Amino acid sequence: MTPFIKAENVCFSYNTGEGKKIEVLKNVSFEIAKGEFVAVLGRNGSGKSTLAKLLNMILVPDSGKIFIDGKQISADTMTEDDVYEIRRKIGMVFQNPDNQLVSSVVEEDVAFGPENLGIPSEEIRKRVDDALDEVGMSEYARHSPHLLSGGQKQRIAIAGIIAMSPSCIVFDEATAMLDPSGRKEVMATIERLNKEKGITVIHITHNMSEAAMADRVIVIDGGRVAMSDVPEAVFSDVGKLRSIGLDVPQITELFYELKKAGLDLPDRIIDAGKGEDALLSFFEKPRN
Amino acid sequence: MMRDITLGQYFPGTSVLHRSDPRMKLILTLIFIVFVFLAKSLWAYVWLFVFTFSLLIVSRLPVKVILKGLKPVLFIIAITVIFNLFLTKGEDLLFECKFIHIYFEGVMFAVYMIIRIVCLILGTSVILTYTTSPVDLTDGIEQLLSPLKKIKIPVHEFAMMMSIALRFIPTLTEETEKIMNAQKARGADLSSGGLIKRAKALIPILIPLFVSSLRRADELATAMECRCYRGGDGRTRMKRLKYSPRDLVLFLVFAAFGTGIILLNIFIPYLVI
Repeated sequence: MTPFIKAENVCFSYNTGEGKKIEVLKNVSFEIAKGEFVAVLGRNGSGKSTLAKLLNMILVPDSGKIFIDGKQISADTMTEDDVYEIRRKIGMVFQNPDNQLVSSVVEEDVAFGPENLGIPSEEIRKRVDDALDEVGMSEYARHSPHLLSGGQKQRIAIAGIIAMSPSCIVFDEATAMLDPSGRKEVMATIERLNKEKGITVIHITHNMSEAAMADRVIVIDGGRVAMSDVPEAVFSDVGKLRSIGLDVPQITELFYELKKAGLDLPDRIIDAGKGEDALLSFFEKPRN
Repeated sequence: MMRDITLGQYFPGTSVLHRSDPRMKLILTLIFIVFVFLAKSLWAYVWLFVFTFSLLIVSRLPVKVILKGLKPVLFIIAITVIFNLFLTKGEDLLFECKFIHIYFEGVMFAVYMIIRIVCLILGTSVILTYTTSPVDLTDGIEQLLSPLKKIKIPVHEFAMMMSIALRFIPTLTEETEKIMNAQKARGADLSSGGLIKRAKALIPILIPLFVSSLRRADELATAMECRCYRGGDGRTRMKRLKYSPRDLVLFLVFAAFGTGIILLNIFIPYLVI
């Protein structure tokens, strides 16, 4: 089966004012399958957001190929309509909820995307209602977004993308500006979209426990793919992650330190609940 | 402090005025403004005053809040009243003290001006801004002006700019407050000194506000592109505006109001100044 997204040796650099080039991505290659939930980790400036913007052609790579659904995307061969079709397929939710809401009424904002696609009014109405229902914000349809909490605003932004019926949603640090309860709301929404609607999710984040929820974690360091594996494997390499400048989930760190101190504990613990069980069974074990 | 501004703010509701078509309301606002300036006689002014307040009652808006919203206008009213009171010359002298002459005509004219200004502001905001959501308003303007697209005037773009500006007013107000507090915490003195000193003190607030607005604009543009925005061509709308019988009735009411003003001017020309 062909992967949904495939990147081959993608390079990208920004031009600075003085004619210099800053290389952001260097020969990045990866594949993402349909319906997969991938977390992307990396320090600030590692090229994560650039990578996201390459996928829906907001930016165009210097060299290398990107395939979406088996078709190569390139600015030269595609018509404007093709580009918008890619942007419809790959929705994007950004960090600051305030800076992506266009309208002063929630449902009008959700309708913005479908309106741009030229969908008939009745169909838009239906999509907007469904999308708001999907993120659990139906009762706020006629509200003004600036009175809502950060998590609620971000769910509205997600609804705005769902209404365009995408196959994949890229969350570009979409939880970074939210408080813990807002994060929880948004992560629950993301998980549900992935599990129930089969939407491919690419979640760019700094939060390790969020990354632990993914099927796979891609670590980007200095414009290269440094690691790409299931979260258990990525997080068990605590040394490498630390050298890249990243944290591990608290529970993994606890186990790492305990094991370093000589305790006989299992590997690959990234979930607090499983960690608890492991610790309990460890202490219940008869001592010799 | 800045959240108290009610002038030009929308109050959600379900009254006749809330539910009628924004295009019709725009037209009615124009009609209303014209007739406010056509009123000449005492009874025409009374009729204008009664009509405006009945609009306020029909709209079921919170009357107290609306009247408080008139506060910023008090200054303008005060100046107009003072000028008209002291500078209008007439025949019926009421009060004289050295160089001050107050005539009956002056008093009446001042009263007329108060009614005119209050009705103008109250009426237009009740018909339009208080009862029409910004989205409907820009939709209405876009649709009313859409014939101008034929002569290459970018009507959709203007409407989009306007609705985005409206959307960001609360966001930027909040941001301004944050920056002001941040600068105050660094020891900025915003409330003492003369006019020039105070104006200078605003610079450290305006510059960060500008920078962050530009950043916001950039991010918003990217987000809009990601949502397939490409101008007005080929764009549909979720809500299509439709005139209903309600709009016709409202139009007839306003026509009656206008006719009333004209008739009162002509047939009871009492105290025309």
